[in-house]
Amino acid sequence: MTNIAVTLTVNGVVRRAEVPGRRLLSDCLRHDLGLTGTHVGCEHGVCGCCTVLLDGEPVRSCLTLAATADGHEITTVEGLAGPDGEPSPVQRAFAECHGLQCGFCTPGFLCTVTALLRDNPAPSEEEVLEGLSGNLCRCTGYQNIVRSVRRAAELIAGKGDGGPAGWPSGPVRTSGDTGAEGA
Amino acid sequence: MKPPPFEYHAPRSVAEAMEVLAAAGPEGKVLAGGQSLIPLLNMRLVAPGHLVDVNRLTELDTVEAEPGGVRVGALARHARVERSAGAAAAQPLLRQALRLVAHPVIRNRGTVVGSLVHADPAAELPAVLALLGGSVRLARPGAVRDVPAAGFFTGPLESAAEPGELAVSAFFPALGPRCGTAFHEVARRHGDYALAGVAALVSLDDGLRVTAARAVCVSAGPVPVVVDVTGHVAGTSPAVVSGAAVSGAAGTGTSGAGAFADGWAAAARAVAGRVEPEDDIHASAAYRRHLTCVLAERALREAAASAADDVGTRR
Ligand SMILES: Cc1cc2nc3c(=O)[nH]c(=O)nc-3n(C[C@H](O)[C@H](O)[C@H](O)COP(=O)(O)OP(=O)(O)OC[C@H]3O[C@@H](n4cnc5c(N)ncnc54)[C@H](O)[C@@H]3O)c2cc1C
Ligand code: FES
Ligand code: FES
Repeated sequence: MTNIAVTLTVNGVVRRAEVPGRRLLSDCLRHDLGLTGTHVGCEHGVCGCCTVLLDGEPVRSCLTLAATADGHEITTVEGLAGPDGEPSPVQRAFAECHGLQCGFCTPGFLCTVTALLRDNPAPSEEEVLEGLSGNLCRCTGYQNIVRSVRRAAELIAGKGDGGPAGWPSGPVRTSGDTGAEGA
Repeated sequence: MKPPPFEYHAPRSVAEAMEVLAAAGPEGKVLAGGQSLIPLLNMRLVAPGHLVDVNRLTELDTVEAEPGGVRVGALARHARVERSAGAAAAQPLLRQALRLVAHPVIRNRGTVVGSLVHADPAAELPAVLALLGGSVRLARPGAVRDVPAAGFFTGPLESAAEPGELAVSAFFPALGPRCGTAFHEVARRHGDYALAGVAALVSLDDGLRVTAARAVCVSAGPVPVVVDVTGHVAGTSPAVVSGAAVSGAAGTGTSGAGAFADGWAAAARAVAGRVEPEDDIHASAAYRRHLTCVLAERALREAAASAADDVGTRR
């Protein structure tokens, strides 16, 4: 079985790898490119941990071949923060609202929610639940994840703590001490 | 949980894809969205010698209104067809069904045609194709054939697509005048495969009388089960049959209403009587049959009400 040369633009950087045809995109990112932020839970599309953005759209990297993604753009959880490492509004909201515990599911939620709020900056409760329905979390019970999505929407809309829209510069709060609960 | 080794092919044109598939014969498998095939590969339930990736065949990424219906190309993803205003206008059941298919992230990759060829008895789209009497276009070098839905689904996970054939598109007939559709299902969580599901298609005449009523069930047997229930409701008006107030409907006399109201219930029982569900870890066969009966009545009534709305707007 001949190897295939693939070129992926990952988080804005052009990366090349020689992979067998059967290499999953999730394994290519983790093993060939050393980007272990993308987590692998079930490898059959059910848990959502491996979700990355392919040309901006959230997809399961465990159900995509690296060879299929050749020539395309990928954003992983490592690419969500600002250029200087500042957490994105979605990342910040998850930290503020306790949207994670062990963190295993978190990369998938962050990528999914980033795309969800880009396409629909003010989702209804039902739209949030529908948007999250394909991601499993064994720890949080989802309440704080839903809260994080609402908080992220606020931050993106510039209704955070006076920080600028998009990439707020205020300190990251560490507990639910914000207006998020009442939001 | 990794795919077994295979030779990977990435053709750049439909002609090239057909040649590669023809050469691979029974050893070849098409990779479309991969949302069903890659789990099967990861679980080692299939081990093709050659995988023919059609994701570069942008010429198949089409959703087109044709006289009498919608033609969906083999690379059109669920999400694209779900969003298509043209497709929804021509045949609303497409969008009604796609909203029930998996999660949005899966719909970003999975294709409508891939779902048809995969022929999962729990899947929504094969049921839709069967209910509407659509067809799938299969191609091999020098030969193209259209297979009607009635002959396309041959068993669980089995379709009429033969080794070496590429499904290039599927055709979903448009909704006729004075017709309505609905799709109802019950799943453990939204986006999961349904425990039971029923889609319905009802047509009325100008006097708001039912002329035809059909339902199709998912997760109810080896292939989609289409049941014609016209006999139970023909000639009745949905306003009466459903008890819902429909403007412009005639003949809401109380004496006949009870008998008519039972029409949809009898139709639903007829649907449930035709399904052959199985016990599994998620639900017993008896529970699935019960769900099918409840969902059939809901879907049929809603389809009839929607057809009556259509008559209302046309007046
Ligand atoms: C977590 C999860 C939940 C899901 N839930 C649902 C659900 O509720 N309802 C539902 O209907 N589906 C569900 N699916 C399946 C999903 O809809 C798939 O996208 C679909 O069944 C197959 O489409 P695909 O393009 O991904 O096909 P692939 O996975 O690429 O292919 C499936 C099969 O069809 C063949 N094939 C595909 N395209 C062609 C072609 N053009 N010509 C010839 N052969 C072809 C392949 O060789 C393979 O055998 C779910 C999937 C996942 C992972
Ligand atoms: S690892 Fe991809 S969905 Fe679970
Ligand atoms: S935080 Fe542990 S699985 Fe979600």
